[in-house]
Amino acid sequence: MHISSRVKSVPASGIRKFFDIVSQMEDVISLGVGEPDFVTPWRIREACIYSLEKGYTTYTSNYGLLELREALSAYIEDKYGVRYDPKNQILITVGVSEAVDLALRAILEPGEEVIIPEPCFVAYQPCVVFAGGVPVSVSTGPETGFAPKPEQIDRAVTPKTRAIMLSFPSNPTGAIMPRDDLQALVDIAKAHDLYIISDEIYDKLIYGVEHTCVASLDGAYERTIYLNGFSKAFAMTGWRIGYAASNPEVIEAMMKIHQYIIMCAPITAQMAAIEALKNGEGDTAEMLRQYDRRRRLIVASLNKMGLDCLDPKGAFYAFPCIKSTSLSSDEFSERLLYEEKVAVVPGNVFGKCGEGYIRCSYATNLQNIQQAMERMARFVQKISR
Amino acid sequence: MEEILRILEEDCRLSAEEIASMTGKSPDEVKATIEEYERKGIIRRYKTVIDWEKLGEEPVIAFIDVRVSPERGVGFDDVAERIYRFPEVRAVYLVSGPHDLRVQVSGKSMKEVAFFVAEKLATIDRVQSTNTHFLLKRYKEDGVIFEAPEGDRRLAITP
Repeated sequence: MHISSRVKSVPASGIRKFFDIVSQMEDVISLGVGEPDFVTPWRIREACIYSLEKGYTTYTSNYGLLELREALSAYIEDKYGVRYDPKNQILITVGVSEAVDLALRAILEPGEEVIIPEPCFVAYQPCVVFAGGVPVSVSTGPETGFAPKPEQIDRAVTPKTRAIMLSFPSNPTGAIMPRDDLQALVDIAKAHDLYIISDEIYDKLIYGVEHTCVASLDGAYERTIYLNGFSKAFAMTGWRIGYAASNPEVIEAMMKIHQYIIMCAPITAQMAAIEALKNGEGDTAEMLRQYDRRRRLIVASLNKMGLDCLDPKGAFYAFPCIKSTSLSSDEFSERLLYEEKVAVVPGNVFGKCGEGYIRCSYATNLQNIQQAMERMARFVQKISR
Repeated sequence: MEEILRILEEDCRLSAEEIASMTGKSPDEVKATIEEYERKGIIRRYKTVIDWEKLGEEPVIAFIDVRVSPERGVGFDDVAERIYRFPEVRAVYLVSGPHDLRVQVSGKSMKEVAFFVAEKLATIDRVQSTNTHFLLKRYKEDGVIFEAPEGDRRLAITP
């Protein structure tokens, strides 16, 4: 039977292959998981259970529960000084994933281009294609800390460019973008009248630096579609709650698609999100402390075994260079899995310029990290001989 | 650095090298800091949380609420001291509410604990009454939940 050529043009995720191998093996330590190892804090689960007991089992407004939007509006204004009207500038989505799709579909004409700095999250390119657009990659490397330079973005702009997709702190590199560069990038977007779609899902998982909310920069507010969610900061991946905030026109357009394909995000998860926002900050702070210890440990261990690794400033990933081993990302990851039973994700699945790197998630407990690092060091020593 | 204390509180068996790599300090620095904490008595001792029940050798524990008539000048301190000097007593707290002291006592049997309360605690001057609660089941202690930990439910590889 016929399958749409647009869908066929997108290759299956490179992560899938590894997942299939790993799930057939035993005693594997996985550094390949892109979600917190913590269970959602009890107070949040408890609030959700209570909402079920009280019978909150209905649809909500297409935009999401007003109480949640009001809480978000207050939270974003308090944290970043950016004001979004809860009535028509915030949309609750099924994870940030849905919000990415909605944003692209809401703004793209067929054939229009979206500039995407890489390495980046695996979903952006496919979502642009599914929305009828054309992804335009901009490569980054360790020399700029895996953040694009504004002039690179400027060079990538064509008459067909509609938007720039940003995602800092970054999955898979843990990179952040310096504030000055972000401002320069906003100026470029303004000069060419482009949208900025900014996925800031890791904004609360940041180590010793301050997060810059793109929408808070001069001239950014009206052209930025700000995306965020509850998955990472509150260990709520399975709840699938994200949100988009932007000018009323864009949110209205996104809501229109959302209304017909999803109707609304699940009310149970929205109730939990309200509790997370109101009382979850302490839990996030404790998780952040744990991540920070693991981050230091894993980066020190990787560098010690001879795999150059920058200090990730956010998220929970280390992105070491494996070029010194003369293996490709795929070869390294596959052999490491078979020979030492440690699972990582080859860097090339996050974009061509990720070749020569691997992603090691430190969202797993200290003992696992210590053991994985011992095994990996043994492996690196063996293949370097 | 409080960070070192937080790490030790969770696992006091980590080496100075391991703590050093977690905090970004040198191992010598970590060692010196820990020694200073020990010297100052900020670190009181290193203990292990044990689920004795699993071994079938759980000692009998009782919480005893004690009412004390306070005395000018010393308040409750002298009575508390008389109580905490007994080795059977694991903890003594001054608390608010209808009782004054909350005492935790351990013994080999209920009888032993009951006799200790009757003969030693209740007979102290100015102790007006005691109210004994035997511990029946431990759900959580020192922040540790006494149930088999649940496994990792996550998929092995996710984007």
